[in-house]
Amino acid sequence: MNVVSRLYLNTLRALALMLALAGACHATPYIPADGRQVVERLPSRANPVQRELQQLRAELSKNPNDVTRATALAQRYIEQARLEGDPRYLGYAQAALAPWWTLPQPSEQVLVLRATLRQGTHQFAEALADLDTVLARDSGNVQARLTRATVQMVTGDYAGARASCMRLYSRAPQLIVQTCLSNIGSVNGDARASFDKLKTALDQHPDATPEVRTWVQTLLAEMAARLGDDANADALFKQAMAGVDPDSYLLGAYSDFLLDRGRAVEVTRLLKDKTRIDALLLRYAIALKALRSDDAAIQADSLRLRFDAAMLRGDTVHQREQARFELALRGDSKTAVRLAMLNWTVQKEPADLRILVETAAASGDAGAARTALDWIAKTRIEDRTIAPTVEKLRAMKAPA
Amino acid sequence: MMPRWRAAGLGLLLALFTAQASAHKPSDSYLTLKVAGQQVDGQWDIALRDLDMAIGLDADGNGELTWDEVRARHPDIAAYALSRLALGVPAGGGKAEPCPLAVTSHLLDDHSDGAYAVLKLRATCPNAVNTLDIDYKLLFDIDPQHKGLLRLEHGALTSTAIFAPDSARQLLRVADASRWRQFFDYVKHGVWHIWIGFDHILFLLSLLLPAVLIRREGRWQARATLRASSIEVLKIVTAFTLAHSITLTLATLGVVALPSRVVESAIALSVAVAALNNLWPVITRRLALLAFAFGLLHGFGFASVLLDLGLPQSSLLLSLVGFNVGVELGQLAIVAAFLPLAFLARATAFYRKAVLVGGSSLIVAIALVWLSERALDLKIITA
Repeated sequence: MNVVSRLYLNTLRALALMLALAGACHATPYIPADGRQVVERLPSRANPVQRELQQLRAELSKNPNDVTRATALAQRYIEQARLEGDPRYLGYAQAALAPWWTLPQPSEQVLVLRATLRQGTHQFAEALADLDTVLARDSGNVQARLTRATVQMVTGDYAGARASCMRLYSRAPQLIVQTCLSNIGSVNGDARASFDKLKTALDQHPDATPEVRTWVQTLLAEMAARLGDDANADALFKQAMAGVDPDSYLLGAYSDFLLDRGRAVEVTRLLKDKTRIDALLLRYAIALKALRSDDAAIQADSLRLRFDAAMLRGDTVHQREQARFELALRGDSKTAVRLAMLNWTVQKEPADLRILVETAAASGDAGAARTALDWIAKTRIEDRTIAPTVEKLRAMKAPA
Repeated sequence: MMPRWRAAGLGLLLALFTAQASAHKPSDSYLTLKVAGQQVDGQWDIALRDLDMAIGLDADGNGELTWDEVRARHPDIAAYALSRLALGVPAGGGKAEPCPLAVTSHLLDDHSDGAYAVLKLRATCPNAVNTLDIDYKLLFDIDPQHKGLLRLEHGALTSTAIFAPDSARQLLRVADASRWRQFFDYVKHGVWHIWIGFDHILFLLSLLLPAVLIRREGRWQARATLRASSIEVLKIVTAFTLAHSITLTLATLGVVALPSRVVESAIALSVAVAALNNLWPVITRRLALLAFAFGLLHGFGFASVLLDLGLPQSSLLLSLVGFNVGVELGQLAIVAAFLPLAFLARATAFYRKAVLVGGSSLIVAIALVWLSERALDLKIITA
């Protein structure tokens, strides 16, 4: 990005900030008429998970420098963030690690958790630095190696990610190693074989924990969807949904699959009660729009407020979703392609490629089209869900 | 293999999914501070969810937070919030003289991600605020990813800032924002005021409607040339501008002061009179004189808006001129939209009947409603 366009973007952002803050403060505060009125729903203390978290937190606050207690609590919070899709838990996890957070060389356990949290806020370079520190001390640290592979995968460094996965051989369970490798192969020119190998590995490991099964089934379902193997994809998504409580990632992936196949009604049923999570509210609103529901505009408005709020705090973590929102719900393909390109500089997962391809086709942006086509040529990614749109990009590019 | 497999499973899984985790809105609070002289008035919106995490609001722990449960904890909420925010004015050597803060009332508001406690704040500083020293540390101890989003207002000027653990204390200048910026802010307010000030628009329109015509032998006739029409419009607009600039300046500088109810009622009356003059023409030649006389009144109206905005003493003239320029620009836009259309339509019966007579009658009706509202302090229509 050149200096002028960055300046332009910064100006736009400052303006948006002013406008959004004005908007944020525009609503009229009130006093509820009835004292018994329920004004907010909170995590209930009757919930065993919440009780456990609270107990761990109370114990830690008595011994704030107890690194074992702190890492255990941080790990539980990160787990909860994943399940509920709520980043507040990531903040709580960071707070638990506060005494060690700013140290250059904390313990390996702290480093891995710090890297995981930094990855969650897209600080990929910092996350990799922490993981490299761990691996320099202990090259056999499976957790660090796998986290490293994930970060490399998300940022599109497939060669690095594959090398990280290979180093897991004989250190991690075979199913984990295969998942690591298949995940890369599936977007790197080896889609069918990657799927088959992982499917076989899953079948050979009936002893895997329910969480791992669900995780592998989710990845397999996504691979099948990209292969255009709808029957397998649907069956695998259903198996994953029937396992442990589905997390927000699985719900999002399954919703996308259903939306692609014109099954919006199922999406609304699936996500009706999950709209606190921005990424799921987005899919819910898209499904409502597909069904021409009157509610679609209301949900889109609520989503816009949340993106405004994210811009206010200077977050860029949501650019992928925001680009999709602009394209699918607001029909503003120019803004959408700008966001998709910004997002692409940070992360390069199949979902990031997809929004780049779709916004490039809708806006006719030649730069975005070239970026996407170059990437597809370089990585040999196979994805039937975007194939027709990619053809459009090729046709668009041809005359020029 | 088994034990290791199980131990590894969850941890490994967690690593691979957190890239997707932050799909919710993270924790933010919204702080607005308005600075006027020594006084700072504020509003602070803090998520109930965050307050519950910090000090526990849900007394019965059932996950359903009622207004009674919140209300019972108001003193604790105020004490907690005030212990996390300090305002001051710089006193040299990196020190600050505190501006003691108090919570004046508690309300609620619904944001896109849930209900927020709304705290109205007031602080009085030891001297007039040029630079505000803000030390913000709400929730940073329990959620380092929390951010405080500040909107700082001073007169018509607004600036913003974001507080995070590594930028918890900030010095924000409120007085000396760039002169141009300040000027343009007031220009903007001037334009905006004309745009939303229907009474001024209607008054101007009442005077402009007959400007493309000429009254001869008791009948309206089309003016021959665009030039003649434009000169007439120019005279009217100049007279109006001159008059309201005089009173705007005098009132803003505090030389003359009139009660706002009297001014507002008189403005409504002026609209009615100007429109009535189109229906039963009394003054037909020197409409500019009418514009001047009533323009004096409208100037007082503008002044009350400008005084409400608050005027920084250091740049009184700049703001005054800026605001007036804005008003003129707004007026010019109306004239630019009106004149060509009116000129083209002036010879038609439609213009003379529907637009001049019909429009003026409508304006009279609206103005009389305003007049009764303002004079008697009623609420009939909103304007």
